[in-house]
Amino acid sequence: MSGDKRTTKIEIQNLSYAYGGNLALRNVSLEIPANEITVFFGPAGGGKTTLLRLINRLNDLLDGTEMSGNIYMDGNDIYAPGTNISELRRQVGMVFALPLPLPGTVRENVEYGPRLAGLRQKNILEEIVYNSLMQAALWDEIKDRLDSPAHSLSGGQQQRLCIARSLALTPQVLLLDEPTSGLDPISTGKVEDSLYNLKEKYTIILVPHSIQQAARTADSAAFFLMGELVEYSLGKKIFTNARDKRSEEYITGRFG
Amino acid sequence: MLDTKSTDQPYRKWVEFAIESLIRVIGFSSIGFVFLIFLFLMREGLTALLDVSWGNLLGTRWYPILDIYGVLPLLLGSILVTLIAILIALPLGVGTAVFVREVAPGWAREILKPMIEVMAGIPSVVLGFFGMTLLAPLFLKYLGLATGLTAFTGSVILAYMALPTIISVAEDALDAVPKSYRDASLAMGATQWQTIWRVVIPAARSGILTAIMLGLGRAIGETMLVMMVTGNAGRMPLTLDSLFRPIRTMTATIAAEMGEVAQGSSHYHVLFALGIILFLVTFIINLAAASAIFRKRRRGGLR
Repeated sequence: MSGDKRTTKIEIQNLSYAYGGNLALRNVSLEIPANEITVFFGPAGGGKTTLLRLINRLNDLLDGTEMSGNIYMDGNDIYAPGTNISELRRQVGMVFALPLPLPGTVRENVEYGPRLAGLRQKNILEEIVYNSLMQAALWDEIKDRLDSPAHSLSGGQQQRLCIARSLALTPQVLLLDEPTSGLDPISTGKVEDSLYNLKEKYTIILVPHSIQQAARTADSAAFFLMGELVEYSLGKKIFTNARDKRSEEYITGRFG
Repeated sequence: MLDTKSTDQPYRKWVEFAIESLIRVIGFSSIGFVFLIFLFLMREGLTALLDVSWGNLLGTRWYPILDIYGVLPLLLGSILVTLIAILIALPLGVGTAVFVREVAPGWAREILKPMIEVMAGIPSVVLGFFGMTLLAPLFLKYLGLATGLTAFTGSVILAYMALPTIISVAEDALDAVPKSYRDASLAMGATQWQTIWRVVIPAARSGILTAIMLGLGRAIGETMLVMMVTGNAGRMPLTLDSLFRPIRTMTATIAAEMGEVAQGSSHYHVLFALGIILFLVTFIINLAAASAIFRKRRRGGLR
């Protein structure tokens, strides 16, 4: 699946993170390969979402946090002083658990990021809207409703709109935090399908909402338990023949 | 066991019924009171139309001693003072709300919020006194006016008075914007300021509109403060410099003249007619605010 040569996109080194005195991540190290779907899975409270939010520095605004260790993207420390956070976040898109269209029309939602980045030319924006919606497998369904409120779309469409919104910035990495937890199976299938197509161009990190989804989508998978990275290996391997007893028990449904 | 239950039942039913009826009476009585007030106002006010001609009422001069009852200068006075007050209070109020909710660090918020509530509790007489003795001489000196007691002075103090209402309602509206909106916007590379300006405020739009309406309603009905600082000269505010001249509002007129008017005279009835106008204006403002809230609910609070 992963091709002949795997290049590392993101490298996490000895990362520990605490907020409010609680350790959310304990000395986590892993390398995330480019152009694959890497899955973070495990029971709630394991630190998956925290790790995602650290990769695009969304937790910067929180008070009372402590962090040690490093995160590198293409070899650059993203927490190095002087890093342009907005630029980083444009390169690392994020899609959240609940479909969250911003107030405004479908078009405005997709154009939001590029406009913030200073893009104004109409024809370029049109093209971005088309390309992003196309990649998110949404264009055919809503091409006639670009100017209706984003809230009028169905839940599955809204979530794919959110993916399109992130893609509009042509990021290099796409972080997805349980993107299908609020969706029905058919919409879930559509979102997953669009992910398969997207990994040619992007590095995808997915927190799945079920083990089945993890097994369906993962090229590589990392199992998190109580802030600890228990096991990290190829998806085929971990879901059929886990090395660690704890991951095996979780995968086979004995706890979690 | 079974026995006690069966004897208890009718008694409990009766208590239930009594309490329910009591609550119902209390609830309906407030509607009844509003209705009665309205009826009384109408009875006393509409008779003004029998005593005084339309031409006189819609005139531009208010000289009750000469039986000249033009309400236009008073109506325009009220509107001018209120509008300017809101123009001043709106950016300040929304700005403060944004600061308290979005920008201020935790400790500053803890101090600011109770301060704002204290602000709301200052009696308007005290604010009026403050305006008379502090602001009016200040404006007199530095703006080169003939008197410090002007529409502008009134507006500034009214704005101050409407601020706490606007701040706390606007802050609630900002608070109701899901945190995830902010995350979503930040995640796309927006700065905190871009997020506030392009996502949070638009999302809280209808709540902010409600804040403005409530502030308006509070400002237009205010009496004591306006009577103390606006100078109470019933002239038409038609020229641009009217803002820096004395003015007279409907509320101040009613408060100042009702005490000495002969009951049943045409002057008395015209004052009630002013009350009707005031009532209608506040009613319309409240209606607009309510419909804004309603719209917000229907959209699931998202816009």
